[in-house]
Amino acid sequence: MTTDALSRVFSALSDPIRRDMVARLADGDATVNELAEPYDVTVQAVSKHLRVLEEAGLVSRSRQAQRRPVHLEAGVFDLMSTWIERYRRHAEERYRRLDDVLAALPDDVEPVPPTRQGA
Amino acid sequence: MSTTTHETEIVADPRVPLVRITREFDAPPAKVFRAHTDPELLAQWLGPRGLEMRVDYFDCRTGGSYRYIHTRDDMEAAFHGCFHEVRPSEMIVQTFTYEGVPDEVALERVVFEDLGNGRTRLIATSLVDSFEGRDAFVASGMDVGVREGYERLDELLARQK
Repeated sequence: MTTDALSRVFSALSDPIRRDMVARLADGDATVNELAEPYDVTVQAVSKHLRVLEEAGLVSRSRQAQRRPVHLEAGVFDLMSTWIERYRRHAEERYRRLDDVLAALPDDVEPVPPTRQGA
Repeated sequence: MSTTTHETEIVADPRVPLVRITREFDAPPAKVFRAHTDPELLAQWLGPRGLEMRVDYFDCRTGGSYRYIHTRDDMEAAFHGCFHEVRPSEMIVQTFTYEGVPDEVALERVVFEDLGNGRTRLIATSLVDSFEGRDAFVASGMDVGVREGYERLDELLARQK
């Protein structure tokens, strides 16, 4: 289900440690032990965070190499930026219509329509 | 004529589930405010392109409420909420619910900043109660593009299995 996939991506990123791990993986692949180093948590806890990121499709782990480095799937982030950009363009289109509405209004217009004032 | 120098900016806050939109207008705050509070004017710009906007009721004052419906062919999407605080030419704080998901509510604030020389900076924030809700909210604004986006995500995720 596509909406679930989207929710998994965003809920995976709702945790500060996982966001931090993602930020570090943006610099390059790393092993679980390397990722666990800066945190005051067990390797098991880090593995659990990684599983969440993996299930969301944000990271992948090599099946071949013995140290199984964690790799960031940057494509998912490109996709998220695309969504945000589409949202922005949508808002921009709306505000260009507002530009036109404003251009047609007299300069001395009251901020609130008369029938709604008072009460 | 429009000579807007700044295009719409969007920030999806990483720490709290909100979206902030900033845009400047070549009109004083009173005019921009009027375009938000007068349902006849609102209907001319608020709805997505290609959709009709029908205002059921719209009482834009502190304690008032609103409801409007976007329609296209046989598709209908209704929205409603309350005006929590309406301060002419300065600020509107309101709730916002899409009736398709009636348990969810966004808290929206629109600030009209007077830039002088007949210009206004609009800062519109939407706060929801979860990141999932925020991102669904971002996705919902995408109209046509969203399906394509989901399909691409599907492909991307499928490749990683």
